[in-house]
Amino acid sequence: MSLYAMQKFFFHLNREPKVQQRYREDRASLLAEYALDDEERDAIDRGDIGKLYVLGCNGQLLMHFAPLLGLSWPEYLQAMRDGVQQHGPVRRGIYAMTTGVDDKVAGL
Amino acid sequence: MSLVFAGVCSHAPGITSRAHLADPEVKDAVHNAMKRLGEQLRAARPDAVIVVAAEHFANFFMNNMPSFAIGMADAYEGPIEDPAWLGIARREIPGDAALSLRLVTEVMQTVDVAYAEEWKFDHGIMVPLHFLTPDFTTKIIPVNINCQGPPLAPLHRAWSFGEALRRACDKAPERIAIIGTGGISHWPATPDSGKVNAAWDRAFMARWARNDKAAMLSYTDAETYADGGQGGFEIRTFIAVAAAARGQGRVQFCEPVPIFAVSCTTATMEVI
Repeated sequence: MSLYAMQKFFFHLNREPKVQQRYREDRASLLAEYALDDEERDAIDRGDIGKLYVLGCNGQLLMHFAPLLGLSWPEYLQAMRDGVQQHGPVRRGIYAMTTGVDDKVAGL
Repeated sequence: MSLVFAGVCSHAPGITSRAHLADPEVKDAVHNAMKRLGEQLRAARPDAVIVVAAEHFANFFMNNMPSFAIGMADAYEGPIEDPAWLGIARREIPGDAALSLRLVTEVMQTVDVAYAEEWKFDHGIMVPLHFLTPDFTTKIIPVNINCQGPPLAPLHRAWSFGEALRRACDKAPERIAIIGTGGISHWPATPDSGKVNAAWDRAFMARWARNDKAAMLSYTDAETYADGGQGGFEIRTFIAVAAAARGQGRVQFCEPVPIFAVSCTTATMEVI
């Protein structure tokens, strides 16, 4: 488990256009530079917002990733709900989901 | 001169990025409140505006996280977010390195503060500026209080930081305004986004408006997290402004707006 490394990757991805370009064009070698476990690397590779949320990724980092993937805000929120439904509660990090997976607290 | 204006406002990215998803009347009420705060700010004719924000892993990460940081550059850039997503075009924003140097030098007489000669603004600064200084020509002094990665600075240290900023402003010949951005209760960027504890928000803003130091500093992080979510940690920015202004506050707007994921808030505080 390497939540720190996973979040560090997103910190770089959010800040640096060159890292965003490598994510699109050279993803395997980019991700190899971070001490990720297989589950984390796979979730990033597949753009699996729900799994990344369950793995503990900070939402302020994850929020940037959604538009990079072309996800709208409602899709971003739904992906996290789907992640919890599929994989269970958030495993690490600062979050514990406090609403139900079917709740639409933002009205979306 | 001294401090010539003090206020606080929300900075939730939804205020601009999800404006099209909101009820138009609600959106207009929020945007108009933010614009009114901007008119009041500009009427004070500041030479520079200190924006005490809570940033969100845009510049500072957990490899080296300062509790308090002040920008020290002649120019900044923002937003770090996708401009199309945030609804605010990327641009350069003027700073004042010489003024920052004097402010940092004075602040660090009592508070350990980091300084940064480069700084990318995220929504914590860009959303307020979009309404408060919409032509983006006003000089900005960015300030961050870590509200993001625990351990967080104790609230009494945020108060001391605000006091230090005020002392530094009093020693500067420039007319300086201060704006705190963040809070109050919210659960941003999670599936809980949209949840707001309006009663907790009203209680905090009442304490803030009375400038009741003891009441504002009495929250524990555990209580804040339970009642106000991880976004509630950003009350540190409001507390610092209260310490700097010293007067009584006036809440102008404070309404829960789930689609913007926060009780959208604007308030001013008398500088005494």
